Amino acid sequence: MKKELIELRVNDRTHELAVESNNLLLDVLRQDLNLTGSKRACDDSSCGACTVQVDGIPMLSCTLLAASCEGQEITTVEGVAEHGALAALQKAYGDFGGSQCGFCTPGFMMTVRWLLANNPDPTEDEVREALSSNLCRCTGYTQMYQAIRAAIEAEQRGMKHELVETK
Amino acid sequence: MSDSGFSVIGKPIAMVDAAGKTTGAGKYTDDLSLPGMLLGKILHSPYPHARIKCIDTSRARALDGVVAIVTGEDAPNRYGILPVGHDETALAVGKVRYIGDNVACVAAINEEIAEQALEVIDVEYELLPAYFDPEESMKAETDLIHDHRTHNLEKDYHHVFGDPEKGFAEADYVHEARYIANEVTHAAMEPHSTLANFELDPHTGRLGRLTVWSSTQVPYYLQHKLSLVLEMPMSQIRVIKPLVGGGFGGKSEVIPLEIIAAVAARAAKAPVKITYTREEVFWAHRGRPRTIIDLKTGVKNHGRVTSVACKVIQDGGAYCSYGVVTILYSGALLGALYDIAHIRYDGYRVLTNKPACGAMRGHGTVNVRFAFESQMDEIAARLSLDPAEVRRVNLLKPPTVTVNGLRVLSYGLPECIEQVITRSGWKERRGRLPRGRGLGVACSHYVSGAANSIIRSDMPHSTVNIKIDRDGGVVVYTGAAEIGQGSDTMTAQIVAEVLGCNLARVKVVAADTDLTPIDLGSYSSRVTFMSGNAALRAAEEVKKNLVSAAARRMNCAPENVVMRDDHVWKRCATTSDMNPTMSDPDEERASGHVEGQILRGSVLQTRKEDGPKERMSFEEAVVSAIDFHGALAGTGSYAPPVEARGGKHKGGGVGPSPAYSYSAQVAEVSVDEDTGEVTVHKIWAAHDCGRALNPVAVEGQVIGSVWMGLGQALEEEMVWKDGLLMNPGLLEYRSPSSSESPEIECIIVESNDPEGPFGAKEAGEGSLAATIPAISNAIYDAVGVRLREAPFTPERILAALRAKKGMKRIAMTESVDPTAPAKFREHGGSLWFKGRGPARHPFDPARQKTQAGGGAQ
Repeated sequence: MKKELIELRVNDRTHELAVESNNLLLDVLRQDLNLTGSKRACDDSSCGACTVQVDGIPMLSCTLLAASCEGQEITTVEGVAEHGALAALQKAYGDFGGSQCGFCTPGFMMTVRWLLANNPDPTEDEVREALSSNLCRCTGYTQMYQAIRAAIEAEQRGMKHELVETK
Repeated sequence: MSDSGFSVIGKPIAMVDAAGKTTGAGKYTDDLSLPGMLLGKILHSPYPHARIKCIDTSRARALDGVVAIVTGEDAPNRYGILPVGHDETALAVGKVRYIGDNVACVAAINEEIAEQALEVIDVEYELLPAYFDPEESMKAETDLIHDHRTHNLEKDYHHVFGDPEKGFAEADYVHEARYIANEVTHAAMEPHSTLANFELDPHTGRLGRLTVWSSTQVPYYLQHKLSLVLEMPMSQIRVIKPLVGGGFGGKSEVIPLEIIAAVAARAAKAPVKITYTREEVFWAHRGRPRTIIDLKTGVKNHGRVTSVACKVIQDGGAYCSYGVVTILYSGALLGALYDIAHIRYDGYRVLTNKPACGAMRGHGTVNVRFAFESQMDEIAARLSLDPAEVRRVNLLKPPTVTVNGLRVLSYGLPECIEQVITRSGWKERRGRLPRGRGLGVACSHYVSGAANSIIRSDMPHSTVNIKIDRDGGVVVYTGAAEIGQGSDTMTAQIVAEVLGCNLARVKVVAADTDLTPIDLGSYSSRVTFMSGNAALRAAEEVKKNLVSAAARRMNCAPENVVMRDDHVWKRCATTSDMNPTMSDPDEERASGHVEGQILRGSVLQTRKEDGPKERMSFEEAVVSAIDFHGALAGTGSYAPPVEARGGKHKGGGVGPSPAYSYSAQVAEVSVDEDTGEVTVHKIWAAHDCGRALNPVAVEGQVIGSVWMGLGQALEEEMVWKDGLLMNPGLLEYRSPSSSESPEIECIIVESNDPEGPFGAKEAGEGSLAATIPAISNAIYDAVGVRLREAPFTPERILAALRAKKGMKRIAMTESVDPTAPAKFREHGGSLWFKGRGPARHPFDPARQKTQAGGGAQ
């Protein structure tokens, strides 16, 4: 198939890429841009490990054509850290065991980031419902809730560095 | 050191590799690539049992972009994880044995071309009768799955311990029932992936050393099997384990793609990466077999068990895999949880034409534990006893050796039971909950590593090396395979604790066969106990040199040197361990200047800092130790003690462990009697892990185990039709999502094992087995029906409820009965299966296209 030039804006940077019209966003991110944080773990968009944000909305990059994302702001897990430091959510996932093998974690990061951006203080049920779009086989989700709660509290206090002490 | 006096262990800390996981920077095998790398795709068998008459790859080879195609003849050597079970080849030789068996592999410049090539490989099969049900398979006389296994029986064991008949004669009541637990799989989030690359040898100019990056729990076994199949010395093979996205046993043996990638790389003379699709992961399987358990228990009127007889049939699939070990674990771990004087065990591991079953979290014990704990509950109900009390009257009295030769030292089960009974309000709430809601209790246990290795030898099971250099960095080399459970963190913690240094100093180099000393791998929950003990010994060895040099430097006896909190000081006679001149260590670090960090010119340093010192930084101690002793290195290894290695009977090598973990759980469920739906509200899980080196990680392991047990109890099941898996995707396999997952309260019980590192033992598997019976028992408490087949799906619950009311049976689960059908019917969503698909809907565009005659395909 003939390749076309497209411009993809990923994590605040613009990349000019030659892609085939049937190339999936996930493959372009992983293979052309070497952003391997987004993972492929299923064949049928059931697991959420490939979740990225497109214009702030969590989308499954394994079933999204790269060419269709031209002109949109794509954020991958590589773009979550803030000012070269772990975002509160990332730190909390580490501290509270929200991530074990870590393969699903990038997808969860993107989903939870969207949740907290739209609903800074979600109830337990809202967190559960939001997380149900992603699968994890290690944690049983319990420690993720603790991590998310801790991240929210840290954000509310605006003192991200205090996470360790409050544990 | 007093119990509370630890500075690193026992504290909840983030895993040392956590940041790589939350930022996406961590590399898993599929994230790696090499220049000139090819992608491999595997052609799988569409038939469950067939002879391969010929394979014609000429059309595929002619495609532009196809570099190599390999078939079974390219690597015909047999291998298998167990020495008694060498029945696999990398690619099928002469015969395929399950739908999904590996036939050929294409290495091409991209995935698309590789897939096109698979389409045009012509394989001619001669179909053979296939066996799908273990009890039918055992009757087979002809067309055996493996010629050397008569009646398709992989292995059978018949163990008698004590005098079971006498025990049954003494019993006041004997209960007998059949339990079935259906097949489940690991479904680790990371699909298996392997990258293989040969280097050219500078002397011969031909292909030389092989490097394999693979998602494996067992790098050293992989190195060994690669050497067998490729006929290369092990020293020429390097296996590197990058981050692994979960294993649960599914990566604890050599999976076909790991060998196929190397065979393809050899043929293509280029690096080859193969990553399974999710469907292929399901075919690779090696999960928990469908198990049929006929269990008979004799008890006294107050609940004391007098005798147990257990017959187990496991549907092992087409290859041995870990099967012989699985069937032995099923019998051996009838012991070591409760005090049972008489046990009879008959185990049958049967071959069928389905993907091979192997080791999965709670290896061999889970399904039998479901049967046993359910039966305890049935007995309690029959004798009107409290199920928790029935368990209490059967407790072991440690230290002890069980009737089947298992040595038990630490035993936290009584406290586990006490904890869950108290926390769940068992005594007050049980029997007083509203209709449809109930509580159930169950217990389980698991080994902390097998006391005998798969390959019989006297070698240590784990070895750890430590190197400390003048930069003050502590590098730990361990073969232990981090798969997300936290083994690297555990190793770093133990070393930092022993050396009294900051965790940040410790860098763990793990699971690279060129760099790290041999370790059997991450399976049977062995890492903390065995690798942890090796790390402890290595750190103690290197500490000796640090202490003796520091003692000279500070002019005191070595026993008065204290290493802690990244400093070394002289113990005061009066204030024992307290550091007399301790300043705020954070302040010191923040200044950027670290006393004693001098790489060269230490002579100058000693001149400058004349006279004995009271207190040194860790770096200073390192520098002076290197000045006195030369390079600082330590090594430690661990082999289980002879007393823990079990009885001498045939098969007695499986089951013994240096220590056992214990777990007790209470589940609270409600059952919707109209829909048959079960909701689990909460599970209280108490786990005796000896000592929690990192409480966050222990809780994570326990909660994860309970949750996985919950999946097996309620939803997860591999559904087969004629050997074809009907649900090879994460959506259809129904792993519980966050909305179906209940609150799990983990209670850590610390029994402080005398042989574990700082008293620690297993935490990652033992809790799983108790969850299934706890839920089943809670369902009984809620609605009075006994579910003897897992998972407890709405269909099964409704059927049981209808049967209880004497209503007509509706055969809702008939279609998933593996014994029923005999010919192919549906393609089950399979991407490559070429059989006749299901009837299409008239508005399906694919159908319209065919009718119009325009179907290009």
